[in-house]
Amino acid sequence: MILNYREYKSWREGLTVRDVIEENTFTWPKLVVKRNGTVIWPEEYGSTVLDETDDLEVIHLLGGG
Amino acid sequence: MIHICDVPRYHAISEDELKQMREKHVLLRSFSYEKTPLERGYTDKILTVDLGAKEAVVSDIPAEVKEKFIGGKGYCLRYLWDAVNPSTRWDSPENEIVMSAGPIAGITQYGGTGKTLICTISPLTDIPVDSNVGGFFGPYLKFAGFDALELKGKSETDVIVVIDATTGTITFEEAPLEHFDAHVLCEELTSLYAKDEKDKMNVAVVAAGSAADYCNMGMLNFSFYDPRRGVTRLKQAGRGGIGRVFRDKRIKALVCRIDGVKANLNHVADIGLINKTGVKFHREIANNDIHQNDMRGVGTAYSLRTLADYDIVPTNNFKFGDAPGIDEMTAAVFKKDWLTQGAADGCWYGCSMACAKASDHFLLKTGPYKGQRVCVDGPEYESAAGLGPACGIYNPQEVLEINFYCDTYGLDTISYGTMTAFLMECYERGILNRERTGGLDLSWGNAADDLELMHRMARNEGFGKIAALGIHKQKAYFAEMGWGDLAEMNDFGMEQKGLEYSEYSAKESLAQQGGYGLTNKGPQHDEAWLIFMDQVNNQIPTFEDKAEALYFYPMFRTWFGLMGLCKLPWNDIVPADNALTDDPKMVPEHVENYLNLYYGVTGKRIDTKEMIRQSERVYNFQRIFNIRMGKGLRADDAIPYRSAGPVFEDEYLWREERYDTQLVELAGYTPEQVKSMSLQERMAATRKFREARYQTLIDAVYPKRGWTLNGVPTVEHLRELGMDLPELLEVIEPLLAKEGV
Repeated sequence: MILNYREYKSWREGLTVRDVIEENTFTWPKLVVKRNGTVIWPEEYGSTVLDETDDLEVIHLLGGG
Repeated sequence: MIHICDVPRYHAISEDELKQMREKHVLLRSFSYEKTPLERGYTDKILTVDLGAKEAVVSDIPAEVKEKFIGGKGYCLRYLWDAVNPSTRWDSPENEIVMSAGPIAGITQYGGTGKTLICTISPLTDIPVDSNVGGFFGPYLKFAGFDALELKGKSETDVIVVIDATTGTITFEEAPLEHFDAHVLCEELTSLYAKDEKDKMNVAVVAAGSAADYCNMGMLNFSFYDPRRGVTRLKQAGRGGIGRVFRDKRIKALVCRIDGVKANLNHVADIGLINKTGVKFHREIANNDIHQNDMRGVGTAYSLRTLADYDIVPTNNFKFGDAPGIDEMTAAVFKKDWLTQGAADGCWYGCSMACAKASDHFLLKTGPYKGQRVCVDGPEYESAAGLGPACGIYNPQEVLEINFYCDTYGLDTISYGTMTAFLMECYERGILNRERTGGLDLSWGNAADDLELMHRMARNEGFGKIAALGIHKQKAYFAEMGWGDLAEMNDFGMEQKGLEYSEYSAKESLAQQGGYGLTNKGPQHDEAWLIFMDQVNNQIPTFEDKAEALYFYPMFRTWFGLMGLCKLPWNDIVPADNALTDDPKMVPEHVENYLNLYYGVTGKRIDTKEMIRQSERVYNFQRIFNIRMGKGLRADDAIPYRSAGPVFEDEYLWREERYDTQLVELAGYTPEQVKSMSLQERMAATRKFREARYQTLIDAVYPKRGWTLNGVPTVEHLRELGMDLPELLEVIEPLLAKEGV
């Protein structure tokens, strides 16, 4: 699995988007998540199971002045 | 949680006190002027105030200046250039403070449209500094008939300058009984120049504070009256020591008075388009803010806790990036215990983002106002991070008290925080001790002595005089005294070009190292904040990608400073369907909003390409201005090693696994080699690698910006921008000849 254009070494069966976000401490409030180019909305994080071949982007949007 | 409906109004100054102050005012000189109304965002007039001669002159702004420099920061830099010469320093009489709000500033239909840009030759850097600030003064200056204000010369006595648009007069006055500290002075002058309580909304004040008389990091406070609380509040033009120049000119305050804010004082080209764009924006804020950053709840300090999760907080003078005590001062803590909720906390009319939070009736425990209850603005992220974790302080009460005194004394919270963090590390390393600091214990987290240091700065007393210099001059002084090694202090003293760093640790983002190092005024994040794109999202992995970002973002973000706009409404809250756009990080709908606002105000249609060109003209002008003043070449874009990597052993060991892995994955060592290396050898290898890639980054960025490898804009590039002005060519041509370009 790819996470943000890098190999994600912690992939395992049943891994969800929410697991990835929690394992990587992605606590930033404005994330855009895409699996294979398709947007995954926050309410789908827990139910979206990732495949070993998935390309996942967890894009942190900017903020601040 | 404290709600605005439970907050008592602040006590007004008594009529007796005001009467005494008024009676002591001395009118030195008065001028009448005819107010020019705004047309499509411009008056095309500049007011020049000569403090020495006590003269006020109104002049036309030439069409070619308007075309090439647009307004805001562009106007400030153009007029500053004309006033100074290469020998001018911050305290030279010809140095000016120039302020301009930009064509969009002053509309009330969209968020963040009240910014003023200010430039001067900085006492910290000796080159032009630009700083932006909210509050009422910039838009009121426009409504009073002026696109820009130049302050030149020096007065022999302390004066206030009053621009009264209701009578068409400009006066120079002595006001001896008013205080110098900003929270008192701005309240006094607001009360003195308003006809009644309601009229206080029509008075804007600019003031520094008592420490700005002595400190190179002196800043300017811009007032905005809060009618719900009954108190004059303050926003800050913090960076670069503009307050020090202001006080050196013996300006006690500026006052601008108008007869009211109305919906279309800018006399815009298409009010319907502006209304429509504004309604869309306000609806978005109302629906999305609470689900995104909660700007209306805690302001920009929302990010404190979460940035620690990414090793970005500048803990203990940027040594570490996490922050062990951060849970004591999270956004939730500020919201629950300190910041008033439910108030319309915009620093300009119509800003529904309302991030200018306040802690009300805050009880001060130290200093000249000990025991008094005051309104503390903020803290914003930069203030909270710099005054807090950078100095090992995690107590919100202490951070708020330090923030309050910075503001009222006229000290930049960013420079003060970063500078105090440097002093604390010097103390830890034995470069400083109690004897050298006059008894101050500057151990990490000692907020009491941190505050005492600041009070001494305001009194110009003892070690406070050394603190007043800023990091750049402190390093030289400590080395001269034989207290510390200059090379070592250069590694961990977080300043560049003389300006203290703003509050993000850039160690794991090469692009952000450039975002700080390759700036015009010095290491402030307002040109480019690329940490997430680079370090987390991995969207700009190659040098070419990073160079493109370090070309595009500084130009894009400069545009806000030309217009008089706040950057926060661009990307802090985004449309609900932003994720579905081609480029979510750019928030395309908001960029479209800005193009519509520009058209709606000026009647001129531009696209994003022209937006960037407008900025690029001014950006290159500022670069050449730096070169003219003796900085602005490649050597001046060097950064302290602390910004790029671990300086000391404990710093390396904090993320040993990460650094060791990078030696293998990025620097070309084998795992066996790394395993066999001593800690010192691994640190040296890490440093060599990181310093080399910063140079490679520069090699990629400069050509992208149209500069030579020494950082000089080329003639060809200036021609392409329509900026091949004779005075610019005069500066660069000898340097280009040396490079053989």
